[in-house]
Amino acid sequence: MFIHLKDVSYTYNLNMPFETVALKGINLKVNRGEFIGIIGHTGCGKTTLLQLLNGLIEPTKGQIFIENIDIHKNKKKLKEIRKKIGLSFQYPENQFFEENIFKEIAFGPKNMGVAEEQLVQSVKKSLQMVDMDYQSFKDRSPFSLSGGEMRRVAIASILAIDPEVIILDEPTASLDPQSCSKLLSVIVDLYQKYHKTIIMVSHNMEIMAKLARRIIVMEKGEIIMDDTPRNIFQKSIDRLEDIGLSLPQVTYTMYKLKKIGKPVSSGILTVEEAKEEILKLVNENKK
Amino acid sequence: MMFFRNITIGQYIYRDSIIHKLDPRVKIITVILIITTIFLVNSWTGFFIIGFYLFINISLAKVHPKFVLKGIKPLLFIISFTLLIHFFTTPGDIIYRIWILNITREGIHRGLFISVRLFYLILSTSWLTLTTSPIALTDGIEKLLSFLKIIRVPAHEIAMMMTIALRFIPTLMEETEKIIKAQIARGADFESGNLVKRIQNFLPIIIPLFINAFHRADDLAIAMEARCYRGGEGRTHYRQLSINSIDHVFIIITLFILIVSYLWVV
Ligand SMILES: Nc1ncnc2c1ncn2[C@@H]1O[C@H](COP(=O)(O)OP(=O)(O)O)[C@@H](O)[C@H]1O
Ligand SMILES: [Mg+2]
Repeated sequence: MFIHLKDVSYTYNLNMPFETVALKGINLKVNRGEFIGIIGHTGCGKTTLLQLLNGLIEPTKGQIFIENIDIHKNKKKLKEIRKKIGLSFQYPENQFFEENIFKEIAFGPKNMGVAEEQLVQSVKKSLQMVDMDYQSFKDRSPFSLSGGEMRRVAIASILAIDPEVIILDEPTASLDPQSCSKLLSVIVDLYQKYHKTIIMVSHNMEIMAKLARRIIVMEKGEIIMDDTPRNIFQKSIDRLEDIGLSLPQVTYTMYKLKKIGKPVSSGILTVEEAKEEILKLVNENKK
Repeated sequence: MMFFRNITIGQYIYRDSIIHKLDPRVKIITVILIITTIFLVNSWTGFFIIGFYLFINISLAKVHPKFVLKGIKPLLFIISFTLLIHFFTTPGDIIYRIWILNITREGIHRGLFISVRLFYLILSTSWLTLTTSPIALTDGIEKLLSFLKIIRVPAHEIAMMMTIALRFIPTLMEETEKIIKAQIARGADFESGNLVKRIQNFLPIIIPLFINAFHRADDLAIAMEARCYRGGEGRTHYRQLSINSIDHVFIIITLFILIVSYLWVV
């Protein structure tokens, strides 16, 4: 097992008048090769959890193990952890500061001690991973890009560190539909082609149902569900509705059909599956 | 990553108290009076009376003393430093001698006086900001400065700038923290290296911070213009400040106490 959170709690401004409990009693195990989607309301602690995963903040209670090592026992190791686990914050383009894209992306690997000669290679590779052309982009200013391109460059700047795990905090937030689907195909590539472990926060249930292999539902600083998308959208629909989270639209439609007594199976995640079910229903009615 | 977490100066804490309900102008004037008196008073009895008065004010505000004392912590160093300087550098009756340093009776006296003054200064300004919302504070300052409009001091604009600055301090701090974290995630190191290196290391924080702040300022200016903001001329306020009997009583009691503390020399 790769990452292991053991009974982790986190409180902002501990012992201060404005203290906020952000996470309580989190137990979580992440293996290599997973694609995990995290969903939950704004303020439920998703971002805090992500920051704990790569050692940016220290839990106020509990322990975090990465490859069986307690990461806060030995602070010198933290940089190594961050090399293994890359974190892209929400709106990562807000952290741009270099004059050109090459330097922007090279910032990470340079800090991690990659030699000058290898930087070109490293930048090239990470731009390629986000499907951008090295020659035409390397000298442009990161601020001259479109929203979707900025986002991909920002992710490339994390990829340049060559982490095994990529953590993405609401990567598609405020992107137009086209840039959004482009970015999603990049993320799918990272998972399938480049074999990265992905942990991703998103509010878009369609995306989650389609991409994630495991979904974690959070509420008020706790993990309340942790299962495959199918199980979650099959068994826990009422629970999800209770806490006010939406379902993928097809899932919801099929669920309503079932509720009015139609013999369709629940836990439908994609339009294709729904099509099959509805065709079956129509044919049945014809007979 | 606790860079900015301990700043409580300027923090407003809402409570349902008499002090919170006082007119901001009254509170601002009170603080100015207190500070003036602190530097005029020259007796321990006087200091004791003012201290007691401050204590009552803070208790009436229903704000935990913890908050008030928190504001003092960062300045403790300056206070102790002043204290020591006075101990050793004031000429007078030598009562103790360490190596070449002489502690004088006058030195102790003066050092303690200055420390108490600084202490009261912080107490009274914390009392003001803890119990007055930034908006009320700037409204008060605008009104107090408005007589300066005659000599063309742009009181409204000054107050508006203060409001905006106060409004964006927490936002900027939050953002700074986020940027620092994001750069650390990219392997940035803010703790090692020599001075030049360290200053260089701050560029990845400062540059994004400025860029975002300019964007935000731009957006804000457009949003204000879209709502036809044209400065102070003829502008009315949603919240009207009004001085009522409690304010009168408060200011009279304050004046009385401060005058007594100044005149009382036993
Ligand atoms: N830097 C911070 N200082 C204080 N409180 C914070 C900070 N960041 C987040 N919080 C609080 O912690 C809780 C969880 O926040 P967060 O992890 O950002 O949630 P999410 O990403 O799910 O929206 C919220 O109540 C939020 O107000
Ligand atoms: Mg968040």
